[in-house]
Amino acid sequence: MLDFIARRLVAIIPVLTVVAVLVFLMLRLTPGDPAAVIAGDNATSDQINDIREKLGLNEPIWTQFAIWIGNILQGNFGESFFFKKTVAELIAQRIEPTLALAMCTLIFAVCVSVPLGVLAAYRQGSVLDRIVMAFCVMGFSVPGFVIGYCLIYVFAIELGWLPVQGYIRIGVNFWQFLERMVLPSLTLSVGFIALISRITRASVLEVLNEDYIRTARAKGLSSRVVLMRHALRNAAVPILTVIGLGVAILIGGAVVTESVFGLPGLGRLTVEAVLSRDFPTIQTVILMFSVVYVVVNLLIDISYTVFDPRIRY
Amino acid sequence: MTVATEDLVDSASIAAASTKRKSLWLLALRNPNVIIGGSILLIMLAIAALAPFLGTVDPTRIDPASRNKKPGTEITMRLDDGQAVKRVALMGTDSLGRDVYSRVIYGTRVSLAVGAAVAIIAIAIGVVIGLVSGYIRWLDGIIMRIMDGLMAIPGILLAIAMVSIWRAGLITVIFAIVVPDVPRVVRLVRSIVLTVREEPYVEGAISVGTPTWVLMFRHILPNTVAPLIVQGTFLAASAILVEAALSFLGIGIPPEIPSWGNIMAEGRTLFRVFPHNIFYPGIFLAFTVLAINIMGDGLRDTLDPKMSKKV
Amino acid sequence: MSEAKKPVLEVRNLSVTLPKGADREFAVDKVSFTVNPGEIVCLVGESGSGKSVIAFTVMGLLAKALKPSSGEILLQGENILAASEGRLRELRCTRMSMIFQEPMTALNPVMTCGEQIDEVLNTHTSLDAAQRKAKIIAILDRVKLPEPERIYASYPHQLSGGQRQRIMIAMALVLDPVLLIADEPTTALDVTTQAEILKLIAELQATEGTGVLFITHDFGVVAEIAHRVAVLRWGGLVEMGPTEQILSRPEHAYTKMLISSVPSIHPVHRGARKEGITVLRTEKLGKVYSGKSFFQKARVVKAAVDVDLDIRKGETLGIVGESGSGKSTVARCIARLIDPTDGKVFLGDTEIATMPAGKLRPHRRKVQIVFQDPYRSMNPRITVGEFIIEGPMNFGLKRDEAMARARKLMETVRLDPNSLDRYPHQFSGGQRQRICIARALAMEPELLIADEAVSALDVSVQKQVLELLDEIRQRLNLAVLFITHDLRVAAQICDYVAVMSKGRVVEYGSAEQVFGAPRDDYTKALFAAAPGRHWEFGKFATA
Repeated sequence: MLDFIARRLVAIIPVLTVVAVLVFLMLRLTPGDPAAVIAGDNATSDQINDIREKLGLNEPIWTQFAIWIGNILQGNFGESFFFKKTVAELIAQRIEPTLALAMCTLIFAVCVSVPLGVLAAYRQGSVLDRIVMAFCVMGFSVPGFVIGYCLIYVFAIELGWLPVQGYIRIGVNFWQFLERMVLPSLTLSVGFIALISRITRASVLEVLNEDYIRTARAKGLSSRVVLMRHALRNAAVPILTVIGLGVAILIGGAVVTESVFGLPGLGRLTVEAVLSRDFPTIQTVILMFSVVYVVVNLLIDISYTVFDPRIRY
Repeated sequence: MTVATEDLVDSASIAAASTKRKSLWLLALRNPNVIIGGSILLIMLAIAALAPFLGTVDPTRIDPASRNKKPGTEITMRLDDGQAVKRVALMGTDSLGRDVYSRVIYGTRVSLAVGAAVAIIAIAIGVVIGLVSGYIRWLDGIIMRIMDGLMAIPGILLAIAMVSIWRAGLITVIFAIVVPDVPRVVRLVRSIVLTVREEPYVEGAISVGTPTWVLMFRHILPNTVAPLIVQGTFLAASAILVEAALSFLGIGIPPEIPSWGNIMAEGRTLFRVFPHNIFYPGIFLAFTVLAINIMGDGLRDTLDPKMSKKV
Repeated sequence: MSEAKKPVLEVRNLSVTLPKGADREFAVDKVSFTVNPGEIVCLVGESGSGKSVIAFTVMGLLAKALKPSSGEILLQGENILAASEGRLRELRCTRMSMIFQEPMTALNPVMTCGEQIDEVLNTHTSLDAAQRKAKIIAILDRVKLPEPERIYASYPHQLSGGQRQRIMIAMALVLDPVLLIADEPTTALDVTTQAEILKLIAELQATEGTGVLFITHDFGVVAEIAHRVAVLRWGGLVEMGPTEQILSRPEHAYTKMLISSVPSIHPVHRGARKEGITVLRTEKLGKVYSGKSFFQKARVVKAAVDVDLDIRKGETLGIVGESGSGKSTVARCIARLIDPTDGKVFLGDTEIATMPAGKLRPHRRKVQIVFQDPYRSMNPRITVGEFIIEGPMNFGLKRDEAMARARKLMETVRLDPNSLDRYPHQFSGGQRQRICIARALAMEPELLIADEAVSALDVSVQKQVLELLDEIRQRLNLAVLFITHDLRVAAQICDYVAVMSKGRVVEYGSAEQVFGAPRDDYTKALFAAAPGRHWEFGKFATA
């Protein structure tokens, strides 16, 4: 077991290295002097020289990479000249809305989609199955911001039940926080629910064709027991895998959803950084999201061992 | 010993396969999903091709006199020769007085072009890398590590990063969407190559002295065609969505180009009063992507039943 | 008739309809038979005979596409076809149980074996946890599993195929049902394991007086275990009677043909060794697979060790062994589909084991291989003609010459030369195997390797392909390396036999000597396990 975890941990090192190299190269691929790009549009030549010195931009490229990665490993992500803050501060400030949005969405989506997928598989070909499948195709096709604006139009503008935009910190007023989380989470959930219901349905259907399901039925078990005890647990691994991969969709969706609902989170920060060409921030956000994505999937990998005793090495 | 338990089902499936083999493509064309999705897509293609003849005006034409008009308002337009013409703005106008209907119709061109270009380029690059990776063992490790790294960066973020490097432009956006898609194609092609290589008929071909390149083109590559067509439709659908999202965020193609995302981005500020600027392009966008996805589902069910199990 | 003598299962006039578009209307066509207490009835037939469909119909586990359309199935007088789904569930595992062909996939991989048997007791009895556990340990003991406590807590993947099949039997018999349905329960097992499982089933049913409906395609198994036999073809019952009568005095032409097709386990006398030229010789051939891993010690699997073989012109050498014995590894090393790690392979005078891939091509022509699975051996996208001429054209033959050769070869393998422009899916399994032989012959090889080439075929088709192979060997004076797990097939076709176990050749000699007077312990055990070895299947004239 420990062996398995250790080997998984080792396996993500090359992945993260490649990510780091790609993110590092990003800045070098921009046309123009990286120091000038980092310093922003209205920097003095002193500031630019200072940056060049700090990042070792006069050194060969691998030394630059070593300096850069060394800084990052020490938690020094550089300074945002646009926001006039260190990137670390900036991220600390902006992380709560994104985290809240992601958590609400994840919990809501998983609670809805797994039962939906199981039911659709169980009643394959029924009206319910068709509705779920139709919803899935729609969920993949309608972009998040269109869904978001439709929800705002109906629930905030026409019905006036919920606020249109904005964010209140969870510590300030929990109820108002929740009120403002409903529409963004619903918006972000649609694509996620579509994805997970579909894979749940597909994996359960596949498992239902397995020989051991036939054995279970030959034992005289009721179809409910066959479904819950035998099919679902065996279908768990592919479902978990897709939930993990879906985190990428969640992160991408957060960027758009935060913009629609005016949430001051990391997604919004990314867009602002791109618009103001604030590279230290862009690099850090991308690096951070990638690390989160890789680590979530690592945890999911490890959790397989709980569901499938065959995975032990 | 492979005497099938359900020997009967076995013979039935063989019979089914025998009717299938030759007319697989015909079968795909008869799938209701392919017909429905394909028809909508054809209509969209017609709209894109015939955009100038569908009662549109220049979609980039700014008219300060008729800003922010609700759908169905009659506006007076001054043509280049000074003549004044009355026309009904079917979908209203935006805050610069541009005709939303014309912009939406012309926007079809941008979306379809982005979808098709991304799918074709990503597959072209992915097939080459995938074949190399599946065939040249020592390169496989390196290539796959790079692909894993690329896949570890969430797709939209990678695209955003790409766009931020080269500043916005149609070509930049297409390239930015292609890059995150390439690893997916590579993995698909590589896995097919690796599976098919183990098939007895490929080993048989090796033992009758078939040269490697013939092996590749005659026995291995044809197996990738159907899955790649299926994958291509899904890539196109998601590319259209990503382009719209980037443009909507203001970091996609330049705002003067009429794309659905740009129209919506423009409509954001006045959404409460003029929701049509978001809804009309939104409906077109959703319909187009829906059509491609439905067609993709149909193609997958008929051409690539094995993949349909894996979502 | 006393109460005990009433049949446990009575199938009357059963018909099962196939979905529209299938090759025939009925999967099962008006079949009637009975199973008495303490009796083993074998349903025997080739693929497509409907034997498994009958088994699934009795259990009520039929696929939705198949519908019983007429007749009755009486389990102790109760019509199962009329029973509700709830009633059927009550009957399963309490009065009728079933075991399946694939022990590898028939158990739920994420539950322990104990839990899976416990489910049966929990569903059908009101015993408490301790009583259930005791009952399970007892039944595990009865199916002769070692250390029942450990097995109870084991997951299926920790057990061997034979052990898993024992778990299935334990699960099926834990509530003493009156009827046990066994659907090819030993087909996926090695011959020695098969013998043990057959013995176990026979023992348990004799002590409990269980009626057994045993589905098989193997007449050896029938001879070993059956009291009565029902022969099926195309969903219809051809002939039924006591085993002795069916096997030695079959009345129906189809039964006669089937039984005549079963190869005898006694090798035919082939005469003295011909002084031919040695075509192939291996010297201490070895193949080691080593899985390198970062944290664990490298796992080393010795698939083949010190294999010395030689084959002369016009001779057939058989390699027999159970799964994992390394017999296929040797064949694939000789054909250089995989690279040997040790030893030498001489093709004539040329050493090819260490030859670099680039130089190998001219020698590839000389060794041709026919694989096991006729459905995966041919590229479905190219015509049979293209398939056959691919090799010769690779070696410079002109297209029309190659086609002419292909037409001739189609005649050699007794297929219509005009069907060269057809696609593989238009041929049956046996026909495909003939096409693969034709393709191999098109290369004018010196050595033909048949890697389990007849194992996937029905016994009647198998006989034809074997006869064809032998005839070609004689006519072309070809050297043949024949890989098989089937001792009967080996006895009929081989001049020499090498018995392999755990990567090594444990016995090597003429077929007559190896079969007649085996010296090695493993060989003896292998032969002793061959089902129906005491039965000499007659050769009947089939008009």
